[in-house]
Amino acid sequence: MSQKPKSVVLSYLRARKKFPTVWCPGCSLGIIMGSLIRAVHKLGIDKDEIAFVSGIGCTGRMPVYTDFNTLHGTHGRALPFATGIKLARPSLKVITAMGDGDSTAIGGNHFIHTCRRNLDLTAIIVNNYIYGMTGGQYSPTTPVGRRASTAPYGMIETPFDICNLAQAAGAAFVARTTSYHAAAMTELIARAVDIRGFAVVEVMSHCYTTYGRRNRYVNPVEMMEEEKKLAVPLKAYQKLKEKDPAYALKPGQYLTGVFTDDDSRPEFTQVYADLCQRVQGGSI
Amino acid sequence: MATGKNLQFYSGNEAIAHGALYAGCDFFAGYPITPSTEVAEIMALEQPKRGGSFIQMEDEIASMAAIIGGAMGGAKSMTATSGPGFSLMQENLGYAAMIEAPCVVVNVMRGGPSTGLPTKVAQGDVMQARWGTHGDHPIIVLTPESVLECFTLVVEAFNLAERFRTPVVFLADEMIGHMYEVFSVPESGELPVVEREIAERPAEWYRPFELTAHGTVPLIPFGEGYRYHVTGLTHDEDGFPTGVPAECGRMLGHLCAKLDMNPEIRMTERVDLDDADVAVIAYGCTARTMRRTLYAARRAGVKAGMLRLKTLWPLPEKAIDEVCDRVELVLVPELNLGQLVGEVERVNRGRARVLPVNRVDGEIFNPYDVADLIVRTQRGMREKGETADFLF
Repeated sequence: MSQKPKSVVLSYLRARKKFPTVWCPGCSLGIIMGSLIRAVHKLGIDKDEIAFVSGIGCTGRMPVYTDFNTLHGTHGRALPFATGIKLARPSLKVITAMGDGDSTAIGGNHFIHTCRRNLDLTAIIVNNYIYGMTGGQYSPTTPVGRRASTAPYGMIETPFDICNLAQAAGAAFVARTTSYHAAAMTELIARAVDIRGFAVVEVMSHCYTTYGRRNRYVNPVEMMEEEKKLAVPLKAYQKLKEKDPAYALKPGQYLTGVFTDDDSRPEFTQVYADLCQRVQGGSI
Repeated sequence: MATGKNLQFYSGNEAIAHGALYAGCDFFAGYPITPSTEVAEIMALEQPKRGGSFIQMEDEIASMAAIIGGAMGGAKSMTATSGPGFSLMQENLGYAAMIEAPCVVVNVMRGGPSTGLPTKVAQGDVMQARWGTHGDHPIIVLTPESVLECFTLVVEAFNLAERFRTPVVFLADEMIGHMYEVFSVPESGELPVVEREIAERPAEWYRPFELTAHGTVPLIPFGEGYRYHVTGLTHDEDGFPTGVPAECGRMLGHLCAKLDMNPEIRMTERVDLDDADVAVIAYGCTARTMRRTLYAARRAGVKAGMLRLKTLWPLPEKAIDEVCDRVELVLVPELNLGQLVGEVERVNRGRARVLPVNRVDGEIFNPYDVADLIVRTQRGMREKGETADFLF
């Protein structure tokens, strides 16, 4: 019998250095990290050619475990760090991983401006509705009425729709999936990494420890099953809408799929390189 | 009057930008703020000509993060700002110190606190430059006295950043930044320029935060085949987060000691100090004003000299100690309400009489007022004894 082939995911992990992870049992981050690795593997990009950047939070710990050029930055600033790396070394594929609070609260300004600039970066946004690492405070995506440690009577603020935000701000690729749909997630992340321009993949996920227990979920499995139920594929939604123009999503439901996929927009590093060429050629 | 080839009529901010380009700065990220904006404007003009990067970020927090990212990509990176922007940069300045990323932060000081006096001079960021970010950390802070020195000292700032793998704060002020002077721009090769060492060793041997006897190992950029991790968390020699007390203490000790062990960072200039009875300890634009003060005081019969601090942090304690040991009166003029004077008093340990001279109205000192103060104070001390109170 031939030797069992080595796991793809394992070959990208710093398995002997930094395990076990800091993540709780039932966390979705392992699934997401696995999808990212499979996507990179599928694209055949060399590990040395990838810079993996994150901010702070549970998602921010992801680079520690992956065998790329990794930078674990400060809270909310993954995108500016990534911007610096990308400008200094445009040949690198720069991927960022951020949580919902990291990307849209403290890092909200950087997020919209990186969309606007359309720099060739990939942002994987893990939206679990909560600040997990600090113990379950409400975030800009916590649904109204849900409980958090700083919303003991239920969330009263209106949440962000991260994909709408990214689309409006001008990202080249915007997609949403859930941690339940791991295979689809791999495809979306692969496309996001591949496209020339700023790509956003929002992954609806779950934090059982700080969000699930407080909001009466029995276990992480129930939360994942709910992800499956709440996700409405964009194509299915469009068909339903054709049949019945009055059709609308039920509260809590969200669309999944690719909302924007447009690599025709000028990408910053390319535009800047062209500018340098024109300036050096004396045509300005 | 400057003579020689390549004479240029530059403002301090222009000299900072051209000095940075001379030092090989190929990455600039910034955000507009008075009175430092000219630095960004020149960078926007010049970087594309050289294939370097220029980007105007959405705020100073992002600017600081971007230049750290640039450093990780192998660039010599810089940003320029003033008080309010410098406050916003503090968190990531600490991050740069923690991951030992070489970069230069220019702070052209203006009146504070808050929005303060945006178009007027002050020296109120001395302590912020040292302790603005949280936690014990290494930092180098340099202050220029003239437009020429804006050029030469910013080259030195890049060199120190590369040699010691640390952020360097270049603490200019509005007066120097907006003052125009003619000077002879150094020829290429005239000033030493330190390039980043590339360690030639197998990737598996590279430990980015190795505690070596002489300081740090070179920072190899991302994408060179040395895949490693950097984090703002307290980390081990491989860069991975650690909570082991022995490793944490060792790392922080090393981080701070790498500057303490190297006396050549502490740059000072001694002006007429050898026969002086009265010493002025000054920096930045104030030191420049004090040159006229020394002249006036000596004309009035007081042997006055000056210790000019080019490096504010780490504090040139030995040089200050030597001065305090042999003069009777030390004046510390500052355009703030007394930030460096406390440090001078600490080093002085009660030997000489230390007199703070402060001004915070957005104007520079009148050199003759300070000379008058020196003369009257020294005369008073001679006539009435050392303990008498002569604060007017």
